[in-house]
Amino acid sequence: MTNHWIDLKNADAILAIGCNPAENHPISFKWIEQAMDNGGKLLAVDPRFTRTASKADHYAQIRPGTDIAYLGGMINYTLQNNLTHQEYVVEYTNASFIVNDKFDFNEGLFCAFDDAEKTYDAKAWAYEVDGAGLPKRDKSLQDPRCVYQQLKKHYSRYTIDMVCSITGTNKEDYLAVAKAFCATGRPDKAGTILYAMGITQSTHGTQNVRATAMLQMLLGNIGIAGGGVNALRGESNVQGSTDYGLLFHILPGYLKSPEFDNVDLKGYLEKWTPKTKDKKSANWWGNTPKYTVSLLKAWYGDNATKENDFCYDYLPKRSGNYSFMKLMEKMGKGELQGLVCMGQNPAVGGPDSLKTREALAKLDWLVTVDLWETETSIFWKRPGVNPKEIKTEVFMLPAASSIEKEGSISNSGRWAQWRYKAVEPVGDSKTDLWIIDQFAKRLKKSYEKGGVFPEPITKLAWNYGQGEEPEVQLVAKEINGYFTKDMTIVDKDKTLEFKKGDQVPMFKYLQDDGSTVSGCWIYCGSFTKDGNQMARRDATDLPNGLGMFPKWAWCWPVNRRIIYNRASVNPDGVPFNPKRAVIAWDLLEKKWKGDVPDGPWPPMKDDKEGKYPFIMVPEGHGRLYALDLKDGPFPEHYEPIESPARNLMSKVQTNPAVKVPANMSNDMAKYPFVGTTYRMTEHWQAGAMTRSLPWLVELVPSMFVEISETLAKTKGISNGDLVRVTSMRGTVEAKALVTARLKPFNVQGKLVEQVGLPWHFGYAGVAKGDSGNVLTPSVGCANTSIPEFKAFLCNIEKGGKRA
Amino acid sequence: MAVSRREFLQGGALAAALALSGTKAEAGSDSPQMRTKGLKSSTTICPFCAVGCGLVVHTKNGKVVNIEGDTQHPINQGALCSKGSALFQVANNEHRLQKVMYRAPGSDKFEEKSWDWALERIAQKMKETRDKSFKAKEINKKDNKEYVVNRTEGLAFLGGAGLDNEECYLWSKFARSMGVAHLEHQARI
Repeated sequence: MTNHWIDLKNADAILAIGCNPAENHPISFKWIEQAMDNGGKLLAVDPRFTRTASKADHYAQIRPGTDIAYLGGMINYTLQNNLTHQEYVVEYTNASFIVNDKFDFNEGLFCAFDDAEKTYDAKAWAYEVDGAGLPKRDKSLQDPRCVYQQLKKHYSRYTIDMVCSITGTNKEDYLAVAKAFCATGRPDKAGTILYAMGITQSTHGTQNVRATAMLQMLLGNIGIAGGGVNALRGESNVQGSTDYGLLFHILPGYLKSPEFDNVDLKGYLEKWTPKTKDKKSANWWGNTPKYTVSLLKAWYGDNATKENDFCYDYLPKRSGNYSFMKLMEKMGKGELQGLVCMGQNPAVGGPDSLKTREALAKLDWLVTVDLWETETSIFWKRPGVNPKEIKTEVFMLPAASSIEKEGSISNSGRWAQWRYKAVEPVGDSKTDLWIIDQFAKRLKKSYEKGGVFPEPITKLAWNYGQGEEPEVQLVAKEINGYFTKDMTIVDKDKTLEFKKGDQVPMFKYLQDDGSTVSGCWIYCGSFTKDGNQMARRDATDLPNGLGMFPKWAWCWPVNRRIIYNRASVNPDGVPFNPKRAVIAWDLLEKKWKGDVPDGPWPPMKDDKEGKYPFIMVPEGHGRLYALDLKDGPFPEHYEPIESPARNLMSKVQTNPAVKVPANMSNDMAKYPFVGTTYRMTEHWQAGAMTRSLPWLVELVPSMFVEISETLAKTKGISNGDLVRVTSMRGTVEAKALVTARLKPFNVQGKLVEQVGLPWHFGYAGVAKGDSGNVLTPSVGCANTSIPEFKAFLCNIEKGGKRA
Repeated sequence: MAVSRREFLQGGALAAALALSGTKAEAGSDSPQMRTKGLKSSTTICPFCAVGCGLVVHTKNGKVVNIEGDTQHPINQGALCSKGSALFQVANNEHRLQKVMYRAPGSDKFEEKSWDWALERIAQKMKETRDKSFKAKEINKKDNKEYVVNRTEGLAFLGGAGLDNEECYLWSKFARSMGVAHLEHQARI
């Protein structure tokens, strides 16, 4: 989230697209309802009439996977009706930047597409630069090659009629949502966009998110209270696990994991440290060397020296894609020998889960660390298989629950909050911290005796106390970081003295010469000489009453509650909306008041020190036009891989930068319905954490399949009947839930029915049932490889699997 | 469990009936002060979705006896959804794993093992797999040049969204030291 949960109360309009907060983030609704009590409008866009939709001022139905058409239409509506926040768009976005004259878009394809490789050469989309190397600009926005004009041209095709014939939305509903939301382009109004997996789980998921961000930039809604682009994240610490780089492509703090041709530290830093010639651009990633070296010092301690490149050689280098789906593909081919699952249950949570379950049997060994038996840990005795034929060695380790250990988790609003140990772990269960510590200590010991390239393990700095349990405070302190020698730092008019071992107060003091350690630079400031900031419990709000609660817990970066907040003020530092001032420049004291500003510099207009507000991109301006995505600088509508419709927007049916795998089908005779998966309040993700809790099992005891009244009538299905749903990947059976919440989609004049399935069920635990993901396709977003769970084709028949 | 959900609800209905009949509510077992008197309390954050609601855990003699919404927490102000309200049953649940379990190749059952035995064998497996599949160098297909890559592809690590930050950090650090390329978690799906 750019903003945070309580901030939702400050919105005049809330657009919930591809998410269902009333169901999946129920307590967030406290703040949505507060916004509504203050006159704010709730707008729900979803394939299903969800719990959120039932509370909304306006609901618009959308066919799964057509979000770019929907949002592109809103971008067009904003531009055609002059609803943009003009000053914001000119000053803070790249609307005025001139694009090089080779850039082109034709028949659904951007320029520089390699059809054989299915890739674009993004260099062809660059800005045009002047003699000094700065991007050329036209602040009148009239130049036909400026981003604004290109944007206008691109989205002029997204007329309301065109868009509604793609999305299937009723035109009146579409207009009601567009009118209510796009009215927040006024400086005194705020609109927020909430999204979740309905947006990301798509072959064009990244472009879906971009479309939300572009609309928000046009309306001047990023950086302000009640605004922003807000991902409603689903697991209690999925924000933290991402922050700490548990993904193949990133290291902690969103540093890139090295690629094969980053041959040494210098080469790595050259590749990943962006540069700018514009003095007004803060170009925050220009600090990459400081954060990288501080990370290497945290990992290799005294062994990391300037002479040995701070042990950069020890990091694995990637050559390609190692994402979840690739990993499963390799596992299926028998190319993986060992798998460790730390509280993840891929036999239920991943797409095409029958394949995953078969693939697990190709492993030599499997370790699961969980509170429960999961479908993954008992895959070898799942219904229909003979355990004798499965040679995988399985270790099922019992883990402590969240109240049986101490540590922090980061919520969707980036608040890191400390939890305490209330009781001892049950039985012989152990904390994940202890288990990881044991793995590391035992591997270190055995590599001391030899092995292949042992140094990355033997030289790893691993000092978390002498006790049986590692000291979590020591880990938290290393993450924050400390000085490795006595230091004197001159910061403007202040001279700061630090002793060796002192905690680093904030990331601006991190160094690239080895004199600081920091395990994750964005968390620098979370554990300082003043103690553990994440454990703070002072619920005093700021005088602005916006609900930031700056002394409650701690949020990254530097306790800034709303990121990009320099865009909430005009170039003179005066809030666009004085009634909801996030920050304001105090002319007399020459400093910012309010939230922690996005950098200490004076307002943008200050000739000497002023900076642009979008500090994470080298040009300092929010990107209406993107330079580095795999599938184009503007989001363009393509159909999901399995779709009941042909693409009305161009001849290119699906995202051209996505390779279509086998076991996909567009045979409408066999699979005439649109399938989609979803979640519910009473269960959670792959289900292990809820399907064995009696209270929750009583509320939702079994798997079901939701269909419309019309489809039920056509198929002769009554509520509670056993039905089977089939896709190209497999078949599930469940009880039918016939509701008025689902309606067929209007697909180019024809009605196409939808089938909704929760994906929480499986064959382990107390409440069992078939898994929705047996049906879902293993194909993903061009940029992120997130699977397209939300849109596929299927059939439904009355009766169980054996009927 | 001593009290089923239904019995609990019936108890609540009884208390409500007493309140309606004019019996002093503050003397009943639903009075907050009475309910938690003499118990140890500590705060926590909900382990389900990422709203980050606060809860208070009440314990007695090392056992969790009550969990409820933290009224001082600025996000949830004491409120909880059905999952958050059920955290008590994560703490007290006969289905929780209590022992280290091992399933030998081809076996049709789990058998109990000690932590030391299992960890030693896992460490051995990790080392064997890493050593066998470790790639120090590789020729790049595009430019035909040799590069140092120092990674293992035979070993994959999954998960982390349910771990604490400090655990995620150590997992990330350990995985990279092992050269693991396939390090992924729930954020990818």
